[in-house]
Amino acid sequence: MVREAAAIFVPRTDSPARSEPLPVRAALLGLGLLFLLLVVVLPLAAVFTQAFEKGIRAYLAALSQPETAAAIKLTLLTAVIAVPLNTIFGVAAAWTLTKYRFPGRNILITLIDLPFTVSPVISGLIFVLLFGTRGIFGPWLDTHGTKIVFATPGIVLATIFVTFPFVAREILPALQAAGNASEEAALTLGAGGWRILFRVTLPKIKWALIYGVILCNARAMGEFGAVSVVSGHIRGVTNTVPLQVEILYNEYDFVGAFAVASLLTLLALVTLVIKKVVEHWQASLNDGRKA
Amino acid sequence: MKVRVEGLTKQFGAQGVPAVHEATFEVAEGGITTLLGPSGSGKTTILRIIAGLETADDGRVLVGDEDIIKIPARKRGFGFVFQNFALFDHMSVRENIAFGLRVRRAAKAEIQSRVDELLGLVQLEGFGDRYPGQLSGGQRQRVGFARALAPHPKLLLLDEPFGALDARVRAELREWLRRLHDVTHLTSIMVTHDQEEALDLSDRLVVMDRGRIQQVGTPTEIYASPATSFVASFVGSANVLNGVVQQGRAQFAATSLSVPGNISDGVKVRAVVRPHDIRIERASAEQPVLAEPQRSIGCIKRIVDLGTHVKLDLGLTTHELVTVHVSRREFETLGLLQGESVLVDLDNARVFVEDYVV
Amino acid sequence: MAVVWRRRRVGTLPGFRLTLGFTLLYVGIMVLLPLAALVLKTSGLTWPEFWATIASPRALAAYKLSFGGAFLAAAINAVAGLLLSWVLVRYRFLGRNLVDAIIDLPLALPTAVAGIALTAVYAPNGVVGAILERRGIHIAFSYPGVVLAMVFVGLPFAVRSVQPVLMDLDPQIEEAAVVLGASRLRTFVRVILPVLTPSIITGFTLAFARAVGEYGSVVFISGNLPGQTEIVPLLIVTKLEQFQYPQATALAVVMLAGSLMTLLAVNFLQAWNRRWVSHGS
Repeated sequence: MVREAAAIFVPRTDSPARSEPLPVRAALLGLGLLFLLLVVVLPLAAVFTQAFEKGIRAYLAALSQPETAAAIKLTLLTAVIAVPLNTIFGVAAAWTLTKYRFPGRNILITLIDLPFTVSPVISGLIFVLLFGTRGIFGPWLDTHGTKIVFATPGIVLATIFVTFPFVAREILPALQAAGNASEEAALTLGAGGWRILFRVTLPKIKWALIYGVILCNARAMGEFGAVSVVSGHIRGVTNTVPLQVEILYNEYDFVGAFAVASLLTLLALVTLVIKKVVEHWQASLNDGRKA
Repeated sequence: MKVRVEGLTKQFGAQGVPAVHEATFEVAEGGITTLLGPSGSGKTTILRIIAGLETADDGRVLVGDEDIIKIPARKRGFGFVFQNFALFDHMSVRENIAFGLRVRRAAKAEIQSRVDELLGLVQLEGFGDRYPGQLSGGQRQRVGFARALAPHPKLLLLDEPFGALDARVRAELREWLRRLHDVTHLTSIMVTHDQEEALDLSDRLVVMDRGRIQQVGTPTEIYASPATSFVASFVGSANVLNGVVQQGRAQFAATSLSVPGNISDGVKVRAVVRPHDIRIERASAEQPVLAEPQRSIGCIKRIVDLGTHVKLDLGLTTHELVTVHVSRREFETLGLLQGESVLVDLDNARVFVEDYVV
Repeated sequence: MAVVWRRRRVGTLPGFRLTLGFTLLYVGIMVLLPLAALVLKTSGLTWPEFWATIASPRALAAYKLSFGGAFLAAAINAVAGLLLSWVLVRYRFLGRNLVDAIIDLPLALPTAVAGIALTAVYAPNGVVGAILERRGIHIAFSYPGVVLAMVFVGLPFAVRSVQPVLMDLDPQIEEAAVVLGASRLRTFVRVILPVLTPSIITGFTLAFARAVGEYGSVVFISGNLPGQTEIVPLLIVTKLEQFQYPQATALAVVMLAGSLMTLLAVNFLQAWNRRWVSHGS
C-alpha cells in the first residue's frame, strides 16, 4: 500500500535502455527539487507569510494607504503606455528581421538585445544624463518648463527602454519557425502588407505574441532599478509599486512592504499560469494540425 | 551463431493491437535474414527487442542455447546499424568507429589497426579524420556499418539501413552490402519494407503483417509459393480478385477457379495472380469463349510501353481490373490496340481462403 | 526600378521600408541616443580624474563583487540548469508541470520583491538563515547572499537555454552508444554532453550578463558595505545621488566594457567549441 503510494513520486522514464538506474534518477530529481526549493520556492512563500504575519486586517490596511493607491495608479499608467508601444515595436522589429535579408541585420539583433545585457541602473543613468538638470537636454527642458527626470515621463521612458526587447524576443523565434510560405501565398492572392500582417502573420504567432505581451507587462510593472534612478523617490508622486515596496521596507514597515509586494507577486504568478495555458493550447493546436 | 526467436509478444500501451504477437522464427546462420513488412507490421520492434532496446512482454531470444532476453543491451555484443545513421557528430569518423573498442578498453595500437582495417573494408580509407557533417549520406551509413562491426559483434542488426538514402545510393549500397556480407559471413538480421531489397539480399525471408509472421522461407519459396494472399500481394506485384465459394468452386465476377480442398459454399476467397502469369489471346468469334471457366473476356483500357515489357490494363466484366505484363515480342505478335477485347486466362492464379478484413 | 531592385535583394514581402524605418527610429531613439549620452558625459572628466574614479579601492572591491559573484552564480546556474533541464525533459513525475512553470518565476517577479523575499528567508532571523546562523554560516548581508540573489535571477536563462536542445536530442545516438557497450555515465559524458555544451555556455553567458547588472534583487540582501558588499550598480546610484554625474558615468562605462569583453570572450568560446569540439553539430 505504502509502496504504491510512494510510487507516484518515483521519476519514471520512457525508455529503459536510455536511462539511469532508479536510485540515480531519484537522487537527481531530489537534488533538483531541493535547489528549487531553496532558491525559488521559499522566497516566494516568504512574500505571503510575511505579508500576512499580522493578520488579514493589517494586510488590507497596508494596501489601502493613499500612497499605495498612488503608486498603483502610476504603475498602471506606465504599463498602459509602455506595453502597447513595445508591442508595436516588437512586431515591427520581428517582421523586419525575419522577412527580409539585409546588411546589418545581425547588428540590429544585437541592438535589440541591448537592454537585456545592460544593468537597469545604467539604463536609468542614461536617462538622467540625457534629461536631468545637468543632463544634455537639461537646460533646454528647463527653459520649456518640462520635467522628465524625477517626474512621470522619465519613469515611462525608462520603463519603455528596459522592456522593449521582450515582445520582440518572444515572437522572433515563432516567426522564424513559421516561415514565409503563408505570407507569400497571400501575396500571390493579391493581399497587401497590412492585410497580410493582421490576417496571416499575427494569427499564426498569436500565442507567442500573447505571452510576449504579458511578460512585457509583468516586467514593466515590476521594473525597479531603472525607475529607481530616474524617479527621485518622491512619495505619492513619482513612486511606482516596486519603489513603494522599497520605501516601506527601508522604514521597517515589513508587513506593508510585503503586502504591496504580494500584489506584484500575484501578477507574476498569473503570468506564469497564462504561460502554461498558452503552451498547452499551442501544443494541442499542433497535435490537431498534425492529426 | 545459432539465433532463434520464440513467442515474442509486445504491446505498446494498455489497449490496442499488439505490436508483435507470438513471433517465432530461426535466423539463418551466417546469412542475412530479413524481416519484411509494411510499416506497423512489428518488424522493427522485433529487431529492437533482439538488440535490447525494447523489452518484450513475453517470449525468448535464444543465442546458442542461452535466452538473452534479460541481458541489458550494452552487454549483448551485437552490432546495430540505424536508419538515420545515428553517428556521433562531434567525433571524427575514426573516433566513431573506435567507440566500441574504447568501451572495451582495447589497447591503442589494436584500436588503430582495427579502425584502419574497417576503413578499408567500407572503402573509406583516408576519411578517418573527417567529421560526419562533411560526409554524404551513403558515406555516413558506411561509417555506421564500420562502427557496428569494429567490436567484433556476434550478430549484426540492420534497421532499414538504406531507408534514409536516395534511390541511386540505395541501389549502390545494396550491392555493397551483399559483397561485404560475402566477406564477413556475419549472421545478420535486416528490417525493411522494400520487397525488392529483401528479395535481392536475403538468404531467409520473414514476412510480417500487423504484428504477426505470415511466412518464413527463402525468397524463391515466398515468391513462388506464398502462403497467404497478403504475402502474395506484398512480395512481388500481384492482381487481387475477391470472390465467394459457390457450388464448390471459387466464383469471381467473370471467372471461376478451383478451390484448394473442401470448402463450404459462402466462404470468402481471394485469387492472386502475377501480371506476367496471366495469358492472353486474341478473342475470335469461333472460339468457345467460356468453355473453360478460368477464362474470360477482357477489354484493353490502357497500354503502357515500359521498354522491356508492355503493361496492359484490362477490364474484366463488371468492376474488376487486372494488370498484365507481356513481353515486347508477344505484344507485337498479337498486334493489340486499345479498346480491343482479348481472352484472359487466369489458370496460374492462386486461390486463398482466409479471413480478410481490410 | 530602384524599388524593384531592392526588393529582389531583400525579399518579396511588402513593407520593408516602413518596418525597417520604424524599427531603426525606435532603436535610434531608445538605444543609440542614450549610448551617445554616456560617451559624451564621460568626457567631462580629465584622464587622471577618470582613472581615480574607476580605479579607486572602493570601485575595485565593487568590480570584484559584481563580476566575481556573477561568474560564480552563473557557474552554479550552469550546473543547476543542466540538472533541472535533465529532470524536466527525461523524467515524468508528479508535479512536473508545476516545476516547469516555477522556473520562470525570476523572470516575471519584480527584482525588488525578489530582493526582500530572499532577505526574509536567509537573514539571521529567517527560516533558513536561522538554521545556518547556528552553524556560523552567514548568507544575508555578506558575499554568499549576493551570489544567491544572482543565482536567483539567472536561473531561468540557464534552464531554458539547455531544455530545448535536450528535447531535440536524437535518441538514436544514445541507443547506438548503448548497443556499442557504453555505460550510462560514458554515454552521458561522451555522447550527450558534447551536444549540450554550446547551449550550456549560452545559458552561462545569459545568466552572467543578467547577474552582473542586477540591482533590485541584490541590493536588499547584500548589506551594501562599501568595500565589502557593495555592488557596482549601487556605487553608480550613490554617485548619482551625490550629483557626481561624470564619475557615475565613468563607472557605468567600465561596467559596459567589462560586460562587452565577457560577451566577446564567450562568443569566442562558442566558436572554439564549435570548431574543435562539436564540429558544427
